[in-house]
Amino acid sequence: MTAVASGPPVTAPEFVPGAPPPASLAADVWRGISRENPVLVQFLGMCPTMAVTNTLANGFAMGIATLFVLVCSGLLVSLFRKYIAHEVRITAFILIIATFVTLADMILAATFPTISKALGPFMPLIVANCLLLGRAEAFAAKVGPVRAVADGFGMGMGFTLSLSLLSAIRELLGRGSLLNHDLLGPRFEPWVFMVMPPGGFLTLGIALLGLAFIIEIRRRRARRAA
Amino acid sequence: MTATHHHGAPAAMPPSQSTPAWKLLLTLALAGALSGWLVVSVYKVTLPAVQKYAAEQVNAAVHEVLKAPARWDTLYLVGNTLTRTAPAKPDLADIPKAFVGFDASGRRLGVAVTAAEPGFQELLTLMIGFEPPTGTVIGFKVLDQKETPGLGDKIERDTAFGGQFAGRMAPLTGVKGRAGKPPSEVQTITGATISSRAVIRIINNAIAKWRPLLEAWDREGAR
Repeated sequence: MTAVASGPPVTAPEFVPGAPPPASLAADVWRGISRENPVLVQFLGMCPTMAVTNTLANGFAMGIATLFVLVCSGLLVSLFRKYIAHEVRITAFILIIATFVTLADMILAATFPTISKALGPFMPLIVANCLLLGRAEAFAAKVGPVRAVADGFGMGMGFTLSLSLLSAIRELLGRGSLLNHDLLGPRFEPWVFMVMPPGGFLTLGIALLGLAFIIEIRRRRARRAA
Repeated sequence: MTATHHHGAPAAMPPSQSTPAWKLLLTLALAGALSGWLVVSVYKVTLPAVQKYAAEQVNAAVHEVLKAPARWDTLYLVGNTLTRTAPAKPDLADIPKAFVGFDASGRRLGVAVTAAEPGFQELLTLMIGFEPPTGTVIGFKVLDQKETPGLGDKIERDTAFGGQFAGRMAPLTGVKGRAGKPPSEVQTITGATISSRAVIRIINNAIAKWRPLLEAWDREGAR
């Protein structure tokens, strides 16, 4: 990666090394949901992905909390990008991210205490999610605030959707319920291991397999069409 | 520096003039102050809701484990004795408390206390209602647990398990595979034996700890 001091303001028109190529806002949002999905493609944030996707409510709440932090930290990093000196940028980014994680943690505890309790230590650990520092450094610090927010929103949506998918599968098979509503009836014997850590790895593996399968089918179709 | 002035080439050269230290310090100091201010503001805004929820949880638990008392007194454990006056400590939440519940006619129903001990993998916090003179359990409620979802967490959701405790006398013993017999047996949950035994152990220890304290309180009250 070409990291260069943003240093004192240069008179040349804004040229930021390593900046993402110009794109429409819709493309900035869609990228995080699809081609650069944080969980299913970039493999970022694996720790919360494994840990809190045992029920749909937990997975969704973790996704939304991460989305909140991604959008807010992206906005602030982008707004202050010209004032944050190159030498202390990582410290400053982490400070911004940690602030919003703390805010999200406190707001969740005040509004949805049961979910906050269920997420436990994984809520403050969002700080350590590579996705956040990654987007701050690779995207938000190099573009304007509107694009930074769009990217944060897209990445957050991608994270939320992936976590919701994984946790829905795990809760349905591991407890026979969705959002605590019994769906499979009393005759269904829950596959308890699905809500335990091995179930997380298995579900993610199967989801990736499914994704690879879809990509392969598309590729073959494109080849046949060509 | 180098003769080639390639526009997009990876510029590996060190920044010719680095930012002065005071500027770096100022940036971080300002950022730190701003984030500190934000955190404190939101903390102040959310604190009442958090405290209200905690108080509601305790009230609901006392209500449940003492089978709907009309009112209750709070006793604080200071040193080795119980007192009715709250000690002047900054955080009352950390002080062990006993909630003495009465029915509408003023008859004492029992006492509720909280206790936390390791469960299967993490601290398991219970509120326990019991009758101090006999050590008879009235009920218990799980306040906080991180037991295995689907297995150990049944101690919180399995009503057949929770329902057995009422009327059993401490020290309790757990039995497997058959119904627990009075006066002090309870049946553990299949697949959650360790968590069930943790519940039994916590209840036994809590009653053993609080009974003498409450008896001493009764003697002094009678005096």
